[in-house]
Amino acid sequence: MEAVAEKNSFQVNNRGYYGTFGGAFIPEMLYPNVEELRENYLQIIAEPAFQKEYNDLLRNYVGRPTPLYRANRLSEKYKTNVFLKREDLCHTGAHKVNNTIGQILLAKRLGKQRVVAETGAGQHGVATATVCALMNIECIVYMGELDIERQAPNVARMKMLGAEVRAATCGSKTLKDATNEAMRHWINNPIDTHYIIGSVVGPHPYPDMVARFQSIISEEMRWQLKEQTGSETPDYVVACVGGGSNAAGAFYHFLDDENVKLVAVEAAGQGVNSGHSAATTALGKPGVLHGSRTILMQTEDGQVTEPYSISAGLDYPGIGPQHAYLYDSGRGTFLSATDEESVQAAFELTRLEGIIPALESSHALAVLGRLGASENETVVLNLSGRGDKDMATYMKYID
Amino acid sequence: MNRITSLFKNKTSDEGLLNVYFTAGFPKLNDTLNVLTALQEGGADLVEIGMPYSDPVADGETIQKSNDQALENGMTVRILFDQLKDMRNTIHVPVLLMGYVNPVLQYGIENFCKKCAEVGVDGLILPDMPMDVYETEYKQIFDTYGILNIFLVTPQTSEKRIRQIDEVSEGFIYTVSSASVTGSKSGVSGDMESYFNRLNAMNLKNPRLIGFGIKDHATYKKASDYAAGAIIGSAFIRVLEQSTDLSNDIKTFVREVKNEPLEVLSA
Repeated sequence: MEAVAEKNSFQVNNRGYYGTFGGAFIPEMLYPNVEELRENYLQIIAEPAFQKEYNDLLRNYVGRPTPLYRANRLSEKYKTNVFLKREDLCHTGAHKVNNTIGQILLAKRLGKQRVVAETGAGQHGVATATVCALMNIECIVYMGELDIERQAPNVARMKMLGAEVRAATCGSKTLKDATNEAMRHWINNPIDTHYIIGSVVGPHPYPDMVARFQSIISEEMRWQLKEQTGSETPDYVVACVGGGSNAAGAFYHFLDDENVKLVAVEAAGQGVNSGHSAATTALGKPGVLHGSRTILMQTEDGQVTEPYSISAGLDYPGIGPQHAYLYDSGRGTFLSATDEESVQAAFELTRLEGIIPALESSHALAVLGRLGASENETVVLNLSGRGDKDMATYMKYID
Repeated sequence: MNRITSLFKNKTSDEGLLNVYFTAGFPKLNDTLNVLTALQEGGADLVEIGMPYSDPVADGETIQKSNDQALENGMTVRILFDQLKDMRNTIHVPVLLMGYVNPVLQYGIENFCKKCAEVGVDGLILPDMPMDVYETEYKQIFDTYGILNIFLVTPQTSEKRIRQIDEVSEGFIYTVSSASVTGSKSGVSGDMESYFNRLNAMNLKNPRLIGFGIKDHATYKKASDYAAGAIIGSAFIRVLEQSTDLSNDIKTFVREVKNEPLEVLSA
């Protein structure tokens, strides 16, 4: 274990940090809950019975491995070799379920009878409600009051799956406030409840645990690339970043391959300097958000600011601590795409390849022309979700 | 000697110390010093001033809403220090600042502690500051400026960790009465009594104040039976919310909680 940890310096250290980012900045009321997880997660995940159940569900329930598809017409357009990792084909429509499957199995082994989760657009809420239905575990999802209005179809899905959807009515009434409410719920119910965080954010061990459950994405990429190109490593891996769970999974097994450029794409909203943006690394500073030291958007006085993006899944004022470290150390390249560029990229993919992407994933697609990738190089783009949930937005751009 | 340390050291009666929490800049931006003054005049033994934050995860709805209102009023750390700059002309009770770690980090820990010392703040309560980070990165700075950092323990905190917290703590230990955020439960149950007795039996070096669920004379009295005193927060914020005469309402509330006989008050 020691040697692995040393080799892979971009992984979490034994104190829960990535460089100076990470840690567990939590009130004492949460300490025993988080400590219980920290003490047990690695051991539980390593158990053969856990691995078997997790892998069986990924294969037969989620539909893994997801295809790695060479997008020929897209490649032709950008004069390079673009491969799409089709997380959009996962059950429930996005990569989120890789994590919720892992965490529900963990929650069961910890003897928890109830699950609480936060959700923004509702994708993580649906993925959580799904696995709770599957495992017959009570499910409470906190969602900002504003998001409940904006994302009615996903609210209906969660309810049909048997989850109780509770409104977060304080603060800005969006994702960060839903996260606060879920944490408060966990404080009030420390013994019997597990909190399934949906991204690589939160106090240690969450960022590492969620990244591990999402790492199946890059694990599959490697052997799929080998099969299709003869090489396990591409020149670029591109993924969108809100909190950053799909990017963390897509980067995971390439972190130590220095020749692989890791490209994270944030949501610029109406423009990085428009005052309506979610481009965290461009606009943020180091600080503490939701239990970890990371980069976050904040006022000079240290109040967390409300971000903006057309894509609810990227509408988060921070990034996971590992991403903060990748940014800070220069290992990752952080770009951003505006609402407009992303919608255009969504239409481009749809017309060239017959795939309607989620608005989140469209941000990654939007930078393809900016990578400078040559015709001999290989680009793997993580297509994290499908666009069904975004049809109301896309419809406004049709005609 | 730090005012908090001397308060506990000089405590002779069995009567519990009363610590009252309020949010800075609430109900109105410039109410901070008035509320503090009325609390002292009413008989609060120490006062905890909340620095409003956008994401107060350890707080229930009442305190959250007061935070939102204070931020809307334009409250900032800088304005708070400005409001408190001459407080020691009139305020003799110990004053603590309670808040979340991010605004303090943005101000700069050293600048923050220095400013606390300048205006006469005696201690800080930062619930999301991890003990190990405090010890390795910040304790020396706190010590340099004579600022005490107050830690919390809860019914779920293990004995081993309570002893570690006791070791690092100075002033008092904030004893959270139940597994909850602020303001969500009230009263002192049988479970809590056994937890308080367990803490008493540990012979910790620090005195304890019990908070969460303390709302009136009965709960204050009960908590004082098991610790050096009690902390009131949400119940007091509700008084501020409804008040039409802050100074009188605050003094009445504090007197009713402490239930001091009238002749003592006029003396």
